[in-house]
Amino acid sequence: MGLSLEDKQERGRQDPELLRRLLRAKDRMDAASHEEWPVRRLASVSGVSEAHFARSFKQAFGVPPHRYLLTRRIERATALLRDTELSITEIAFEAGWNSMGTFGRTFFDITGESPSAFRARVKAAPHQREHVPPCFLSAANRPDLRIAVSEKRRQEAGDMNGGEETEVP
Amino acid sequence: MTQGVSVVGLYVRDQDEALEFYVGKLGFRVHTDARNGDYRWLTVQHPEQPSFQLGLFKPQPPTLDAATAEIMREVVAKGAMPPLVLIVDNCRAAYDRMRAGGVEFTQEPVERYGAVDASFRDPSGNGWKMIEGR
Repeated sequence: MGLSLEDKQERGRQDPELLRRLLRAKDRMDAASHEEWPVRRLASVSGVSEAHFARSFKQAFGVPPHRYLLTRRIERATALLRDTELSITEIAFEAGWNSMGTFGRTFFDITGESPSAFRARVKAAPHQREHVPPCFLSAANRPDLRIAVSEKRRQEAGDMNGGEETEVP
Repeated sequence: MTQGVSVVGLYVRDQDEALEFYVGKLGFRVHTDARNGDYRWLTVQHPEQPSFQLGLFKPQPPTLDAATAEIMREVVAKGAMPPLVLIVDNCRAAYDRMRAGGVEFTQEPVERYGAVDASFRDPSGNGWKMIEGR
């Protein structure tokens, strides 16, 4: 009834049982995106070897695990900027950054605005969000990071001669 | 009411497991459990919502071809199916009860915008948001 293993490999298929366990790692990052998620920790949640985790995750969800985590941190930071009166420093730490400088730079690289400019704009705009459950709305506003932030920086700087790739937010 | 939505189906990886989850852990009731060969029409109901049935269906041939059924199993396991929302009177109490019963929560109860919500998944990967009614 199911497909043969060869078919799965040919089509880039993944075992649904594996996918369900990878989803658990994704869920855990969603629930605590401010925490540190080294591959070792994620792999153990999924019951997958560290060597296979990152590749399996990317195959399943389209982005490497640490870039996914970064999108969740930015999503959380934007929600806190929009919905709370916390200071930007507090938000940086709350969302999982250890340094204000890194937070500000990463936020700008991804959203095209500084945290303070983003806050000023969304607080001024009227919103019609009452009828959408908050989590779905939040997910809909998640940044779509198809390339690494370092790559985005290079492209925007017109500097295509490479540099070190870092996926760690 | 004589018109309206009667059945909405979920894809599940194993119907026995889904039955144990929705009936045993969530407190739904079986509405219809009918077998015809390999095919099983299985629907459950929320005890307070007699006009609506939640179908627990397995993606399988001959309803779907084998390759498509396999894709659907993958999609469900990735948590990529559309959102589901369960309304409860008391989100924190439901969370405590369901968690003690072994339900896999993906988000603890959080109060925002004046309501408390939490998230859980069924064993197959279908994601539910549980929101306290107002």
